[in-house]
Amino acid sequence: MLAVENLEVVYNEVALVLRGISIEVSDGSIVALLGANGAGKTTTLRAITGLLDIHAGDVTKGDIHFDGVDITDELPSKRVRRGISQVMEGRRVFAEMTVDDNLKAGAYINTNSAKVKASYDRVMTMFPRLADRKTATAGYLSGGEQQMLAIGRALMQDPKLLILDEPSLGLAPLLVQEVRDVIVDINSQGVSVLLIEQNANMALSIAHHGYIMETGKMVMDGDPKKLLKDEDVKEFYLGVKASGEQKSFRDVKHYKRRKRWLS
Amino acid sequence: MIPDLLILAQETTVEPSQLGFMVVNGLSLGAIYAVLALGFVIIFKATQVLNFAHGALAALGAFFIAYFATIINIPGRWMEGAPGWLQWSLSVVFALLASAAVGMLLERIFLRPMLGEALFAVAIVTLGIDIIIRTITNDLIGLNSLPMGDPFGLSQIGFGCEAGRFLGSIDLTDVCTVRVPYTTVFQLSLTVVLVVGIALFFRSRTGIAMRATAWDQETARAQGISVGRIFALSWAIGAAMAAIGGLFISMFPRRPGGVDTFTAFFAFRAFPAIILGGLDSILGALVGGFAIGFAESAASSYLTFEFLGTGFGGVVPYLVMLLVLLIRPYGLFGTEEIRRV
Ligand SMILES: Nc1ncnc2c1ncn2[C@@H]1O[C@H](COP(=O)(O)OP(=O)(O)OP(=O)(O)O)[C@@H](O)[C@H]1O
Ligand SMILES: [Mg+2]
Repeated sequence: MLAVENLEVVYNEVALVLRGISIEVSDGSIVALLGANGAGKTTTLRAITGLLDIHAGDVTKGDIHFDGVDITDELPSKRVRRGISQVMEGRRVFAEMTVDDNLKAGAYINTNSAKVKASYDRVMTMFPRLADRKTATAGYLSGGEQQMLAIGRALMQDPKLLILDEPSLGLAPLLVQEVRDVIVDINSQGVSVLLIEQNANMALSIAHHGYIMETGKMVMDGDPKKLLKDEDVKEFYLGVKASGEQKSFRDVKHYKRRKRWLS
Repeated sequence: MIPDLLILAQETTVEPSQLGFMVVNGLSLGAIYAVLALGFVIIFKATQVLNFAHGALAALGAFFIAYFATIINIPGRWMEGAPGWLQWSLSVVFALLASAAVGMLLERIFLRPMLGEALFAVAIVTLGIDIIIRTITNDLIGLNSLPMGDPFGLSQIGFGCEAGRFLGSIDLTDVCTVRVPYTTVFQLSLTVVLVVGIALFFRSRTGIAMRATAWDQETARAQGISVGRIFALSWAIGAAMAAIGGLFISMFPRRPGGVDTFTAFFAFRAFPAIILGGLDSILGALVGGFAIGFAESAASSYLTFEFLGTGFGGVVPYLVMLLVLLIRPYGLFGTEEIRRV
């Protein structure tokens, strides 16, 4: 369904951030993409969804195919219409708008009101807490609720492929569980998922295939169960050293970058 | 004979109310400023462009109205026998469409390439656009003012008039307690219609997309919203609103002769209202517009200084603006930090 091949991305015409990565997401699967801060996960997402331009980024090599069509240079709106939706890093809800209006904004590409209604009902069933707060201003929701809203907003597009960028970021363990269950639920409804995470445990526990990238390169990929057992992965992504001592990613994570591109 | 005597007695007691005049005049000014501010704020909110060409667009829009309604008479020439007000209204619609097209063109040609540049640099570009449009519009208008051709003319409704008429259409020579120009009624009604229209629009699919874009362009694009299309649309709406502001200025009692080279200059006086309301607030544009309108009207009515003459009213908008900004730097309703981090 999604095939990224030998992708190279450069920011500001000088900073080579992706150095020839390849990813495949097959129909109906959950694929995990892991990597430390600055590895290039979000850049990969931007390349796939067409949002590099506003960050002064360019695909300088390689290509991206979706359902067999080369979409490397397509407009982002076209890609959304093809069925690629994303949940951006940091939730990015429309803070001044109500929950309902956020969902309507998500449904923008969908002009068929019956379909919009169906998607809306699906989101409300999936997230009962949003149903309770339909008219609340999104900016006042809790972090967990905002994450659910961001996921719900993407689901309003009725995607074939959903890409989530660190959905567990900054959430309490119980909520991380909840997000995980939601992703499994979405996948079980026939949506393929590319899950970008630093929480390797969570991601690999539900993925059918895992990729691990480091400073713009794919360093490992394979069966999630094997990756979970791998010593290097254990050390770097699960915070467990061979000796068993804890290493915390939470400590290095995460100064918030939130650039507005028109400023 | 007795009734006649009564009327005579009444005649002498009728005295124009200064307060009444102030209120009516304030409402008319307020409608002008509010409509201009609304158009400006819509463009700014959606695209983060401070459009200094708004006044020029107002004059150009007023010219379009004069052109369609009185010069080439379109679509009136094809619909002889239709009521005058209908012909005129349709001419206005045509003119608004022309204005909207100009707005979209400007956005496409001058502002789209500036995407991502600093707020300040883009504002400078609009100053350039202002000069271009003003020059062209002044050329088109020529030396004499061009009448709007509106069906309201100089007619007024009188309240508490002489000769026993307490309410009704009157001549300029009648003496009344309060007189309300037809144009003022028209301006206020159209302003209400526009405000309701805008409120409804912002609940529509496209309106929600515009609000989303205003908040966070990247995330809006991630939803499949074409930000370019939203920019074009907001400029179309903004330019059409400017044209309505230009129309309001170019009729009785402001400029009964119609649009002239002074219209753009007058429109510039809406800036205090815009800044007072807070640049990015629709409600602020409305409140700011009417507040400044009333302040100016009150000053013209009540404040006359020997040394300043009666022109003091024109300075008041700027004074009120400075005063409010001293207390609230972001205007009455503005977002405190317009650059969000
Ligand atoms: N707009 C930009 N301009 C220049 N460099 C950028 C830009 N955005 C990201 N980078 C750089 O590209 C590299 C990869 O960044 P990216 O955001 O893709 O990493 P990431 O894996 O998503 O990290 P994180 O886990 O912190 O979100 C980093 O070194 C970052 O500094
Ligand atoms: Mg990232």
